Amino acid sequence: MSFVEYGDTIKDGDTAIVFLGHESMFPVKVQHGTVTQTKYGVIRHSTDLIGKKYGSKVTCSKGGWVFILHPTPELWTMNLPHRTQILYSTDISIITMMLELKPGSIVCESGTGSGSLSHALIRTVAPTGHLYTVEFHQQRAEKAREEFREHGVEHLVTVTNQDVCKNGFGVSNIADAVFLDIPSPWEAIGHAKSALKAEGGRICSFSPCIEQVQRTCLAMEEYGFTEINTLEILLRVYNVRTISLQIPDLGKAAEDNSSTGFDSSSPSHQDSLCANLQQGTVQFKSGVPLREVVGHTGYLTFATKS
Amino acid sequence: IREGDCAVLKRDEVFKAVSVLRRRKIIFEKQWFYLDNAIGHIYGTTFEVTSGGNLQPKQEGEETTTEAKEAGTDNRNIVDDGKSQKLTHDDIKALKDKGIKGQEIVQQLIENSTTFRDKTEFAQDKYIKKKRKKYEAIITIVKPSTRILSTMYYAREPGKINHLRYDTLAQMLTLGNIHAGTKMIVMETCAGLVLGAVMERMGGYGSIIQMYPGGGPVRAATSCFGFPKAFFENLHEFPLSKVQSVLCGTFSAEPEEMPLLEEESNGLSEEKQQETEEEPAAETAMEEQDTMDISAEGVELKDSKEKENKENVREKQMKQWERRKKLKEAAALLREKNADGLIVASKFHPTPLLLSLLEFVAPSRPFVVYCQYKEPLLDCYTKLRERGGVINLKLSESWLRNYQVLPDRSHPKLTMSGGGGYLLSGTTVLLEQGRAEGSSSQAPKLEEPSSKRCKLQEFPC
Repeated sequence: MSFVEYGDTIKDGDTAIVFLGHESMFPVKVQHGTVTQTKYGVIRHSTDLIGKKYGSKVTCSKGGWVFILHPTPELWTMNLPHRTQILYSTDISIITMMLELKPGSIVCESGTGSGSLSHALIRTVAPTGHLYTVEFHQQRAEKAREEFREHGVEHLVTVTNQDVCKNGFGVSNIADAVFLDIPSPWEAIGHAKSALKAEGGRICSFSPCIEQVQRTCLAMEEYGFTEINTLEILLRVYNVRTISLQIPDLGKAAEDNSSTGFDSSSPSHQDSLCANLQQGTVQFKSGVPLREVVGHTGYLTFATKS
Repeated sequence: IREGDCAVLKRDEVFKAVSVLRRRKIIFEKQWFYLDNAIGHIYGTTFEVTSGGNLQPKQEGEETTTEAKEAGTDNRNIVDDGKSQKLTHDDIKALKDKGIKGQEIVQQLIENSTTFRDKTEFAQDKYIKKKRKKYEAIITIVKPSTRILSTMYYAREPGKINHLRYDTLAQMLTLGNIHAGTKMIVMETCAGLVLGAVMERMGGYGSIIQMYPGGGPVRAATSCFGFPKAFFENLHEFPLSKVQSVLCGTFSAEPEEMPLLEEESNGLSEEKQQETEEEPAAETAMEEQDTMDISAEGVELKDSKEKENKENVREKQMKQWERRKKLKEAAALLREKNADGLIVASKFHPTPLLLSLLEFVAPSRPFVVYCQYKEPLLDCYTKLRERGGVINLKLSESWLRNYQVLPDRSHPKLTMSGGGGYLLSGTTVLLEQGRAEGSSSQAPKLEEPSSKRCKLQEFPC
């Protein structure tokens, strides 16, 4: 297993995702002799996991079962231990496409935070690209390094512990793209420009507040970035349900019944109506929006250096 | 920019994909020009169209700011009498015909506008921008990418890509965990745009099996990407109509019967269909003519014709053989049933496609289905639940909102909703034998009640 390469079977040292049911899952580090507790009972790694295929159903001690899934950046995003606020897959997907990332791309990122976006970036630029990520918080930088090692992607990423606004990305003229998720991105635009290749590249900045966006856009213009574009993307998730709505009683049945004696020319019509009324409901499938949804994550500002 | 490149022209927010050729007239946004002068410049260079259709690289910082820094505060005294512009239509046309630079025309328009000075600063700005857009023909030549091509297709020909908006395509690539080294199955009727997007993300590593309806895969959009030849080496195609035979295991017998059948019926009808997609049309036309010749004047020029004929037949056989080899290869890849993902974005009903094609996907792999409409995906969701072997099913839609960000004038630009289509995504798991009894008793546990499902994704701020 690695985050950039699928494997068939679960091995010692892998990070796997235990899937319990709807949106309920957690990551485990597979280790010989270790056990994991779930609400359906105990999972013994040596016998229940190692050697099994990813996607298998694993029966726990209480008779309940779970599925074991191969890790992907998207599953990781939903399960990772938060050290900061993170970016979710909806924003990540548009960032990846708008920054034109692909295998071989060189990307600069700051800050690393909890590594949610980092994993997705590494997945996309592998096997020939590289991620230079800058995190000014020493403990977070350490933790990120450790995770990248565990996930078998350390060769694709360099974590630097410094302040990007003061010291930049530690590289110059090599990046195809730069991503900023820091409180004052406008202070890092100059460093971003020098990190990008001489022939140009793309930049993206993520900010929750419009005032931050405003200052960032001005800074981008000042540094000669073009195609400056701010957008916001939101995900709407639907639950699939069978809905039944009651038929109101408008007294039509009684009327129809009373007329039965007089008019017998349309018995079939009456039959169907009666059947409907007996049931009293109409059923249909619907995609129902969730009761509460994410209304805002952040504004994404993209621009081109050319 | 080199000759023969695939490039994209950009004027404001309008795109057009072209191939760069010498002495070839290109019409874009009501203007015509040649790309000759663009050759040798780097991508992202901005050009101005001059008379005679030549492109001239535009220098930066050339922008003239109107010296008139006078401005009004509101529009209480501005009356729309239709007489504020002192230049007439004919005057403007004359200026244009004289080949005067767009910039100067704009300047003249401003000078001859009686109300310009009374307008607020913001309104002046807006006026200049509008006029510039009209009279200054500035074109940027950019390198094709999924970002640019999907934006272009959604704006220009949404019908051809089933109204798949670019943010939805971005979701598909991420949810499908598309990356180098994977073995993907793609079924699309989006002019090859989705295929191109997948190819870009795989960077030539791994393999793709494109399932196609009818005579052959459509790759009009794919060719706009300008991928290197190597990217096509591991791109396979397989006809949708033969999926069932692969699943039943009856497929292998077919190719052996085909030569006989083809020889009898002169074997052209089916083959030609495929060829039109894969090879330049000219070749097919030539072949067609050859066969006609053979039947008509075959007797007269017997010797030479026969020779040609033989070569022709051999060539055809070679092609057939090659095609069959590729077909077999694709079938073999499918039969391994270990694909790393499935991407569907077509005009067809998604349910039968999913139920069949998921058979080829390994367990613990993502799949994503796009549909312009929500209802077929509701049906698909239900059928997949009945079938089993999938978890984490999610029906979603993304909304995209663009912003105008200017000092003191920031606001949302336009909402795009509804038109971007819907996605159904999920993860495959091992489908167990005798799961019928198992699932009926256990299913309720997995499918949590509605109240629990509504749980909002954790979002600490």
